[in-house]
Amino acid sequence: MPKRLSLKPEEVEKYRKSKLIDHPDVPVAEKTQRETVPADYRFVFPEFLPDPEYDRRDRVRERLERDDMYRRRMVIEIPEFYVGSIMAVTIADEQTPSKESRFVGICIDRGGIGLRAFFILRNVVDGLGVEIMYEMYDPTVLSIETLLLEKRLDNHLYYLRDAPPEYSTFSFDTEAIPIPKGTAIPVNPLKVKLNPRPWLERWERQDLKGIQELNLPQKFYDRAEIHAEKPWQKHDLMKQYRSNINADDTEQVMKEVHQRKKAIDRENTRRRKEAIFKNKK
Amino acid sequence: MNMNVVRSIQPVVNSISSRLFSTSTCLQEIRKMARMRVVDNSSLGKAARVSGQPARVIHVYTKNGVATLGDKVLVAVKGQKKKAFIVGVKQKQKAKIPRFDTNNIVLIEDNGAPIGNKITVPLPSLLRKKEGDITKVMPLANRFV
Repeated sequence: MPKRLSLKPEEVEKYRKSKLIDHPDVPVAEKTQRETVPADYRFVFPEFLPDPEYDRRDRVRERLERDDMYRRRMVIEIPEFYVGSIMAVTIADEQTPSKESRFVGICIDRGGIGLRAFFILRNVVDGLGVEIMYEMYDPTVLSIETLLLEKRLDNHLYYLRDAPPEYSTFSFDTEAIPIPKGTAIPVNPLKVKLNPRPWLERWERQDLKGIQELNLPQKFYDRAEIHAEKPWQKHDLMKQYRSNINADDTEQVMKEVHQRKKAIDRENTRRRKEAIFKNKK
Repeated sequence: MNMNVVRSIQPVVNSISSRLFSTSTCLQEIRKMARMRVVDNSSLGKAARVSGQPARVIHVYTKNGVATLGDKVLVAVKGQKKKAFIVGVKQKQKAKIPRFDTNNIVLIEDNGAPIGNKITVPLPSLLRKKEGDITKVMPLANRFV
């Protein structure tokens, strides 16, 4: 066979007057695929990103897990939330007469990757601090609601354990306050006043923004400075590379999430309409 | 010891031996000598709370000597030996099981009947499926989480 002269499409594209994608004959589906993914997706869906630890990565398993996560999101709505948001979770509980139990609290931490993603809610019930960890993709979880969508100044709020109870007391009858679509997530600038020492952790050694001045003797701050991150460490590119997912992988995963999210959103609105219709009956 | 000698060996000591005490967070396990908070309204429990001398575990009725939710322990309260059920723990728990800010117990008599008649704090819901004497404690609770 004679050798064919092959021209790559990218090469042809250079000589076109207009882009092929804008041509009316190109199907709409292909055009929408090129949509840009919102930049905040990696903060809204952090559990979809793979483990930055390279030894633990397995691309097949990651993909299968993500498929299961999309399927779960078709069944229940998992809303957007952050550390500091007030949330309500209902789980199936065979021990209670109503067969379900509801807990309301402030999200003090979230983490986990893939199907093992979790968040921790804290509340003070009858004067006693209670914390419950929930797995986001647990099949016994019946509903997850975000009652107040907001962020706090820190990545975790474990210091609420050493704060007066009023900082973590929330009524179980709290009603959801929706925020208008498209607005930025409000950041609550509340600074917590901690109880005097002893504490569960050495909070002065952590770079916490959401606590008031601790007024400790100078020796505590001296020790904290010794253990603090060295000034050059935050510019350590290799450290950043190892502890984060690179931009290419993030983009690939988030593109997939963006595409699958449309079907999930459609399903959620259908279910919400159905619920309203049922209530009217 | 001569101050110069101390100064000369100090860097060696720092580099070889780390600190002689642990700085890791404790496991919050309930073993012998663990201090517990009595959460029923028995006069004994109230006295322990007011005096600031909390009940201490002096024996754990499990095979491994570590007690957790729903286990029976023997405690020393105000100079008396009493049995008690653990109804809330500080230790990290699995998903859906509540973790409390204090280690809570409910005092019982030797025959398994609770001493008080009211529990002032919420109890974890999973205790309701336990069998045995702890079922006598459950009706005293006014709230489950």
